[in-house]
Amino acid sequence: MLPFLTRRLIVAALVALAVSGIAFGLMFVAGDPAVVLAGQGRAQDVEIIRQAYGLDRPIAVQFATWLGRALTGDFGTSIYFNLPVASIIGERLPVTLILGSTAFLVAMLVAVPLGILASLKPGGWLDRFALMLAVTGQAIPSFWLGLILIVVFGVWWGMVPISGTETWQGYILPVIVLSYYAMPALMRLTRAGMIEVLGADYIRTARAKGAGRQRILLIHALRNAVLPLVSLAAVQFGLMLSGSIVIESVFAINGLGRLAWESLLRSDMPVVQAIILILSLVYVTLTTAADLINAWLDPRLRSAS
Amino acid sequence: MTSLDLDSNVLQRRRLWRRVRRETGILIGGGMLAVLVLIALFAPWLAPHDPVAQDLTRRLLPPFWQAGTNPAHWLGTDHLGRDYLSRLIYGTRVSLGIGLGVTLCAGVIGTMLGLLAGYFGGRTDMLISFIITTRLSLPIVLVALAAVALGGASLQTLAIVLSLLLWDRFAVVVRSATQGLRNREYVQATRSFGASHLFLMLKSILPNLQNTLIVVATLEVANVILLEAALSFLGLGARPPTPSWGLMIAEGREQILFDPWLIALPGSALCLLILAVNLLGDGVRDALDATRS
Repeated sequence: MLPFLTRRLIVAALVALAVSGIAFGLMFVAGDPAVVLAGQGRAQDVEIIRQAYGLDRPIAVQFATWLGRALTGDFGTSIYFNLPVASIIGERLPVTLILGSTAFLVAMLVAVPLGILASLKPGGWLDRFALMLAVTGQAIPSFWLGLILIVVFGVWWGMVPISGTETWQGYILPVIVLSYYAMPALMRLTRAGMIEVLGADYIRTARAKGAGRQRILLIHALRNAVLPLVSLAAVQFGLMLSGSIVIESVFAINGLGRLAWESLLRSDMPVVQAIILILSLVYVTLTTAADLINAWLDPRLRSAS
Repeated sequence: MTSLDLDSNVLQRRRLWRRVRRETGILIGGGMLAVLVLIALFAPWLAPHDPVAQDLTRRLLPPFWQAGTNPAHWLGTDHLGRDYLSRLIYGTRVSLGIGLGVTLCAGVIGTMLGLLAGYFGGRTDMLISFIITTRLSLPIVLVALAAVALGGASLQTLAIVLSLLLWDRFAVVVRSATQGLRNREYVQATRSFGASHLFLMLKSILPNLQNTLIVVATLEVANVILLEAALSFLGLGARPPTPSWGLMIAEGREQILFDPWLIALPGSALCLLILAVNLLGDGVRDALDATRS
């Protein structure tokens, strides 16, 4: 277990380092950051800014300083707000976390039972219904679904607020849209995994020993079918947090995604860098955790590779 | 090649064809996609008007199912008086063009990385696997948005950025498939004749990945089309007056209270296209799986 754990954590740390390099590098793709900061300023202003922000030092030194500060939670100052980036993000992060986790929970609670039920009778009406749900879910662009739901439930029927998250009702439509986006893949994987596992010898053995239907499904089958699901769930959760940028702009939700989008339009690169870094680190953490959970669930994985 | 091989090859192909005809998804998806491709190809002949010509005296004419419609614009006009049907027809070109173009470029990048990693293994594999993991860890929408914003929003920038970002699925699939093939007898036999690494990768292994690549590419086309629409919707893809469906949805959003059909039409077009591509992709995958087993 220990060598596996160490190797996995080293890879995760290296990926995190590479990702922070990319996030840092984005600032320089836009051109000389000192010129960007100076705006309409004169040539001397550019020089003053270059020295004030430490942009005259070697890039490697700048990166090390930036990374070192970021590790302690200091992401620099927003060019637009002239406030610490960390405090701006701290204000917006909870909204995205609530939206993402709720949608993730809803998606899992619908997709996993539906996938299990569909696997019991492949080709049955429930299986077809689940497949239809998955096929449409993959074909409908989520930002468009959001707009249509706003028109139908918000404007025509007036059942829910059409934007913002001041009340909990404001979360209903965004959660529906975001979870519907994540559901198809989760459902299909649960169904495929269960069908494969239910055909295995040990299930027949369990049945022959007289184990109850529920016990076979939930204890014998699900535990084995769940392995690939853990990895996919981690990936989907990460995608939902970072993908909520589109949903947030549709529903006018003041979360991390909307902040990133607005900051991009304002060329407020420190904020964009910090958000990309945070979302990537969350993703790395989630996938690493999924691998560790799988290694704990299935001892065979620990010795492999 | 012996006659036995030839026979089994022909048999397999015949069996595949039988599966294809039985697979309704391929028929429906393929049929829908064929129609959409024809629409894209013959857009200039099909569209009744110029898709970017404005006529401010004919702004926001309603479509045919609403009162006050104009027979010259049977799907209405947008806020600048441009014919909506013509814009929808030309939008097929944007979506399909970006979808196919980006998938092709990303496919070449991903296949190359996957071949190298799977064929050589060892350190090459470690390095490329590391690149793949890093790419997967990046929030794709956000990085694409940032790159497009920095490169100046346009369809070309968007296409380049997406090509450089969306090769991951190709790389992952090709890598593991190559690992399974590199030590096969026929590859070793070719190697013993003194074939170069490049020859083995491109002539011995790559042709056998054809089926896998077709399936991945189909699903990736759908992914690219959705991303283009989303980024154009956010204002960092196609620039006005390009008739991109995502951009049309963004423009129709201003009129969401009174004219929701402005959003409904391009969105439905998007759904149809994605549905067609997905049905085709799923069908092809099922047909190939069935012939293999």
